[in-house]
Amino acid sequence: MDRAGIAVEVKDLRRTFGDFVAVDNISLEVAKGEIFGFLGPNGAGKSTTIRMLCGLLMPSGGIGTVGGYDILKEAESIKRIIGYMSQRFSLYEDLTVEENINFYGGIYRVPRSKRGARKTWVLEMAGLTGRKDAVAKTLATGFKQRLALGCAILHEPPIIFLDEPTSGVDPVSRRNFWSLIHDLADGGTTVFVTTHYMEEADYCDRLALIYRGKIIAEATPMELRRTHMKRDILEVEVDRVGDAMEVLLKAGIENAIFGSALHATVDDAGIAAPEIRRTLESSGIAVKRVEKIVPSLEDVFVTLIEVA
Amino acid sequence: MSFLRIKAMARKEWIQIRRDRLSLAMAFALPAMLLIIYAYAITFDVDNILTVVYDQDKSSTSRDLIARFAESKYFSIVASIDSYRDIDQYLDSGKAKVAITIPFDFSKNLHIGRPAPLEVVIDGSESNTATIAQGYIAGIAEAFNQHQSIVPVAPVIDLRNRVWYNPELKSRNFLIPGLIAIIMSVIIALLISLAVSREWDRGTMEQLISTPVKPVEIVIGKLAPYFVVGFADTVMSVLIATLVLRVPLRGSVPFLFLVSAIFLFGGLCFGLLISIGARNQLTASQIAMLTSFLPSFLLSGFVFTISNMPAVLQGFTYLVSARYFVSVLKGVFLKAVGFHVLETEVIFLALYGLAIFLLAVKRLRKRIE
Repeated sequence: MDRAGIAVEVKDLRRTFGDFVAVDNISLEVAKGEIFGFLGPNGAGKSTTIRMLCGLLMPSGGIGTVGGYDILKEAESIKRIIGYMSQRFSLYEDLTVEENINFYGGIYRVPRSKRGARKTWVLEMAGLTGRKDAVAKTLATGFKQRLALGCAILHEPPIIFLDEPTSGVDPVSRRNFWSLIHDLADGGTTVFVTTHYMEEADYCDRLALIYRGKIIAEATPMELRRTHMKRDILEVEVDRVGDAMEVLLKAGIENAIFGSALHATVDDAGIAAPEIRRTLESSGIAVKRVEKIVPSLEDVFVTLIEVA
Repeated sequence: MSFLRIKAMARKEWIQIRRDRLSLAMAFALPAMLLIIYAYAITFDVDNILTVVYDQDKSSTSRDLIARFAESKYFSIVASIDSYRDIDQYLDSGKAKVAITIPFDFSKNLHIGRPAPLEVVIDGSESNTATIAQGYIAGIAEAFNQHQSIVPVAPVIDLRNRVWYNPELKSRNFLIPGLIAIIMSVIIALLISLAVSREWDRGTMEQLISTPVKPVEIVIGKLAPYFVVGFADTVMSVLIATLVLRVPLRGSVPFLFLVSAIFLFGGLCFGLLISIGARNQLTASQIAMLTSFLPSFLLSGFVFTISNMPAVLQGFTYLVSARYFVSVLKGVFLKAVGFHVLETEVIFLALYGLAIFLLAVKRLRKRIE
């Protein structure tokens, strides 16, 4: 990747809080115009990383640039070219929709000539046209989320950082939100987004999986599936999921609970399927279905964690 | 520094202040209430001292003396008693603060020109009242002496007091101007102490510090609307003091408000500094309450005269901005003095404000610690 095409780059980035290592020497590169997904469970170090990139938190070690500016020395320059949306959709709850937009318009110094158009754009994008006088705290979460995004990108920044933008938002709103993100990326904006919803990973151009402060994989969603899932996944539907998991683990078969079923990781589905059925039934557990499935990114993640 | 960003910040704060009815009510009702309550509660004027009289003499002379006590507004005779034991009872129970005993031979001694002792017992548990009562009693006895002598005794020194600035020696006139300083210190510190800590509590600060806004713009933007509220408060307090409580305002009103504005600026910067340091609303308001009320109440010279304090404590008072404002208020209200006399105070208030402002800007860091 040539230097000019890079929006975000960090090397050995590290942050500790006392003895706790929140981010453990991570390195990554994000290309301009890319949707870069940062995936991991709660507490994995996603927010800490994003805060360091936005110049809100001083790294304990490592180096990095955002939009060509040094994250250690040029935090305030970074703040001019980014939009950041924190986990809490930080709107002023006692202000109306329009007052929130006006406030950020002033703070980002949106030129007077553009202000009207930007406001209309945010209202439309958030689905709040005609509700500009509604007080922010009365809005449903989905609307708050889109209004917060609108406020964070009023000044049309080239790079945006979104920290768990979809948490607590209903599935329809989430889908709409992602199509919005795609529109922005199509317009050339770089999007760095964290999420703990594995199913959202497929919306991203590229992904990094973070676990306990470490990046355990970095690739496109397809590559992740291909390279890290050389083994097969069998979905096993049984009556007593918990007992079944124990039985299979004793028999030396890697598996984990996914909803009401088990996902077993095996070398060859054709050989393993009858074996699993036999093992379970001999322990008195009724097996309804054993089926080879396309691995989801969640399977990939679980596999990678077991390796890590 | 961007005027546009300061304006956006100030407008947003202004809207938030306006919508927060409770704080707004507090901003105006509290000073008014405090002023009026304190005006009546805190008084060092001692009158109607509860007094019992044990008249053993029961002569026209002794009745004359008792009448002099009863007629003065300083004493109020609650009972005539017949034994020493009654004195114990009245003083112990607090039904009387002073007991006057006129001995059997009081009028006889007076008539033959011998010293006639008068026995007075004073409840010293309230030392201020006791001292003042003692003075009044001595005064009445002296006047009674003059009256009894057929030939007035010419005193060696003819003392004629004249009290300047507060001729009636009303403690209200001396307390209320200072009280305005105390109330303003507390109210503005409390109001603005929530301004930054609230944003940390609600998560909006994290958003705000991710923008290109500069600390100085946040500080000015937040100060401006609170300054308007604080200034309106000051005007209201001065109006209550002069129109309702009838405290004379003899000096220049524009000068008074100019200095108030300077004091207000420093006080607001101080409250903001607390808010920046505390990072949560509860801590911020508690620290604001303690650090604004105690020093301004105890160390400003509002009640307790600074020159009577131990040297170390006197040193501390130089750091209390209310001290300078109390001097200015008392000076302008009662003595009608202006800048030429209060120069030091005004300059210090301005320097204090500027220093705290710079400190607040420096402490407002756009990082999560």
